[in-house]
Amino acid sequence: MSRSLANPPVENPKIPALLPSAPGLFQGYTQSSAFDEMFDAKMQPRRPYRKLHKELLRLTHGELLQNKQKADLSFFHQGITFTVYGRNEATERIFPHDLLPRIISAAEWDVIERGLTQRIIALNLFLKDIYNDRRIVGDRVVPGEIVYTCRHFRRQMIGVKVPRDVYVSVMGTDLVRLPDGRFVVLEDNLRVPSGVSYMLSGRKVMKQIFPTLFRKCGVRPIEQYSQTLLSTLRALAPEGCTDPTIVLLTPGVYNSAYFEHAFLARQMGIELVEGRDLVVHNNMVYMRTTRGLTRVHVIYRRVDDDFLDPLAFRVDSSLGAPGLFSAYRAGSVTLANALGTGVADDKAIYAFVPKMIKYYLDQDPILDNVETLLMWDRVQCAHVADNLHQFVVKAVGESGGYGMLIGPQSTEEGRRDMRDRLLADPRNYIAQPVLALSTAPCFVDGSIAPRHVDLRPYVLFGDKVSIVPGGLTRVALRKGSLIVNSSQGGGSKDTWVLQS
Amino acid sequence: MLSRVADSLYWMSRYFERADNCARVVDASQSLILSRRAITSGERWDRALTMMGLPAGAGGDPHDAIRRLAADGDNRSSIVACLAAARENAAQVREEISAEMWEQLNRLYHEAVGLGVDVQDDESVMRLVAAVREGSYSFHGVSETTMTHGEGWRFVQLGKFTERACAVSMLLDAYLATPGEAEADDLDWVALLASCAAFDCYCKVFTADLQPDRIAELLLLHPEFPYSVHYSVERMYVSLGAITSSSAGRQRAHIGRVIGRLRSSLAFATVPELLAGDLHAFLHGVVEQCRALHAAVHDAYIDYPIEIAFEG
Repeated sequence: MSRSLANPPVENPKIPALLPSAPGLFQGYTQSSAFDEMFDAKMQPRRPYRKLHKELLRLTHGELLQNKQKADLSFFHQGITFTVYGRNEATERIFPHDLLPRIISAAEWDVIERGLTQRIIALNLFLKDIYNDRRIVGDRVVPGEIVYTCRHFRRQMIGVKVPRDVYVSVMGTDLVRLPDGRFVVLEDNLRVPSGVSYMLSGRKVMKQIFPTLFRKCGVRPIEQYSQTLLSTLRALAPEGCTDPTIVLLTPGVYNSAYFEHAFLARQMGIELVEGRDLVVHNNMVYMRTTRGLTRVHVIYRRVDDDFLDPLAFRVDSSLGAPGLFSAYRAGSVTLANALGTGVADDKAIYAFVPKMIKYYLDQDPILDNVETLLMWDRVQCAHVADNLHQFVVKAVGESGGYGMLIGPQSTEEGRRDMRDRLLADPRNYIAQPVLALSTAPCFVDGSIAPRHVDLRPYVLFGDKVSIVPGGLTRVALRKGSLIVNSSQGGGSKDTWVLQS
Repeated sequence: MLSRVADSLYWMSRYFERADNCARVVDASQSLILSRRAITSGERWDRALTMMGLPAGAGGDPHDAIRRLAADGDNRSSIVACLAAARENAAQVREEISAEMWEQLNRLYHEAVGLGVDVQDDESVMRLVAAVREGSYSFHGVSETTMTHGEGWRFVQLGKFTERACAVSMLLDAYLATPGEAEADDLDWVALLASCAAFDCYCKVFTADLQPDRIAELLLLHPEFPYSVHYSVERMYVSLGAITSSSAGRQRAHIGRVIGRLRSSLAFATVPELLAGDLHAFLHGVVEQCRALHAAVHDAYIDYPIEIAFEG
C-alpha cells in the first residue's frame, strides 16, 4: 500500500505560492507565556528541532499540504479511525493527526524514563500495600478515608495474590510541560489506557512521508511495542505455566477503541475475544472454539473492572464472563491490568504519589506532580469554591476530559453548577491551577501555528519495566484550547525521541 | 477458530445469499408480471412469498408482494434487511474476512439503503435488484480471491450453499409440486429459471423447449450447475468434511450420516420417479435435512454444552 501512496494525484491550483524566505511557513507564529517545544524565547529553534526547522523552511506550502493529504489518505486506508455515534448512524472518522513531529531530546527522555519507572514501581507497591497490609494507611501517610471511599477501590481484591505482585502492567501516564521546561505528571492512567495504536500507526505513516528527515534526525524506534507487550503479558502468566495462552478481551465492535483492540491482537498474534467467548469451569477459564474449549491463562483485558464478571461486579454486564473473578482469585488466570488498580489513579490519591515514592522507595520523585488541592480538605474547598475562575476542577474518578471545569474559560452558570456539586460532594473533586501546557508547531488551517500538547508514554511492567521511547503526543487542535482528548477535538502527533 | 467468529462468518454468508436469491426472485417475478395482461399467477407468487417466510399478499397482489420482498424494513427476509444482517455479521468479524470483502459488502449495503426503494415506483425496485446482482458477483469474486481458504472459509461456504439448497428447493416446490388454479405456461418457466440464474444454462443443455421435467432435472439434480440443489449439497459436503475432519467421534459421525443420506438421495434420484411420486415431500425432505445439518453443526461447533466439551 505504501507504494501506491507515494504519488497520489494531488492538485492545488488554488493555493498561491507563498514567500519562500524566512520566516516562511512560520509567518505569524506567535509565542505565548507557555513553553514552546520548537522555539526559544528569541524565536530560535531549540537544538533537537533544528533539522526539522531547516527542512520546513525548505518546503513550500503546497508541498506541506500534499504531504498532509498523503498522510490522511494513508490513515484512512489503514482504517485508523474512531467511531462517532450520531443520532441515526455511527460514522467512522480518521483520527486527526498533525503532520509535524514532536521531538524530545535524549537527555529529556532520560529523565522521563527514570521518572516513570520510579512511578510505576511505587504505584504497584502502593496497590499491593492497600490490598494487603495497609502499612501506608497505618503510618498515616495516605488517609484511609480517601482510599476506602474511592469508587475504584475493590474490597474483593483484599488478600488476593497477583503474579509477581504486579498490579499495573500497562500504564499510560499523561505528562505536560510547564513554562519552565519541566515535565510534570498530570495524571496516571492505570486502568485500561488506550491510544497506543495511534502511536504505532502514526509512526508508520510518518516514515513514509519524511523518510530522509527521519534518518537525519536519528529517531529511536518504537515498533517493538507489541513484542514487548506480549513478553510482559507472558511474564505475568500464572505460576507454573510455561506456555501460556494469552488473549485480548474487548467489549466488542461497538466500543470506540475496538480498532485498537483488533490492531494489538493482530500485532501480537493472539486471539481477540469477547466475554461471550469465555467459559469458566472449575475455576478455570476457557474460550469456545470450533475445536472445543481452549484453556486461557492470561487476559489482556480492555474491559473495565465493573463489567468483567456479573457474578462479582455489575450484574447487568454482558461484556464479561460469569465466574471470571473467582478463577482470578484462585490464581488460574491473570488479568492485566489487575482488578482494582483504579484506586491508584483516583485524582485525590494522585496527590499522594510523591509521598508514596518517598515512603516505599525512600527517593525523591524524579517527575513532579501538578500542584493539587484536595476538596476533601474543608479549608481548601472553601477557597476554591470562592475562586472557581482561577482553577481547573476535576471529578476524581473521571477521565477523557469529562466532569471538569476550566475556570478562566467557564461561564457563570457553569461555575455555579460546579460550586453546588463541589460543596455537595467534596471528596469527589480536586482543583489544580490552570496550567499553560507547552505549545508545539502544528500545520493547521494552511499555516504553521502553535497548539497546546501533552505527552502520553506507555509504560510496561512484567518481569521488568520497559518504556518504548516515545508515546502519544496529543494536540488541542482548536486555537487556544487546552483539551487534548480525542472526544473533544484533540488530535495526535508522532513523537520522536532522538538517539543523542 | 473462535466459535462466535465461525458463527458470524456462516450467517454473513447465509444472509448475503438470501438477499441475492430474493433479488433474483423479485427480478424474475417483476418481469413476469410486466409480460402478462391479466394477473393470473398471483396465487403462485403468494406461494413463493410464503416460501420466503412471508405471509401471502393482500388479495394476491403481486406488486405488493414483490415490494415487500424488496425493501420492507420490518420483513427480515427482504433484500435490504438481509443485506443489513449480512453486514452486521461481517462487522463482527472484520479481522477474519478480507478488507475487500468488507468494503464490497459495506458499499452494497449503503447503495441499497441509499436507493430508497419506493413501493409505488417499479423502477426503483429494478434499480435495487440490479445493484444487488452486480454487487453479489463482485462480493463472490473478491471472497473467492482474497479470503484465505481456511477454516473460516469453510463456514462461509457452508452458509452460502445451505441457504441455496433450501431456497432452490422451496422455489421448485412452489412451481412444480403445488397445484395451482391456472396452468403454468412458458412465462412461468422462464421466471423460475431466471430466479436461479439458469435460463442460459437450460438452453445450452436442453434448447429453449421449456419442459417442467427438464427444468427439475437442471435445478434439482444437475451435478455441475452452481444453482442446482445437488451441486449445492455437494459443496456442503466438501465444507462439512473439512470442518469435521479435526473433531472426534459422535458428532462427526452424526453429521456424516445426515449429509451422506442427503447426497445419495439426490445422486440416485431420477426425475420421472420424483414426478410420479410425491415431489412435494421430497423437496421438503431436502429442506428438513439441511435444517438438521445446520442444527448439528451449531450444536457441535458453535454452541456446544460445556459438559460434552469436557468429556472430549
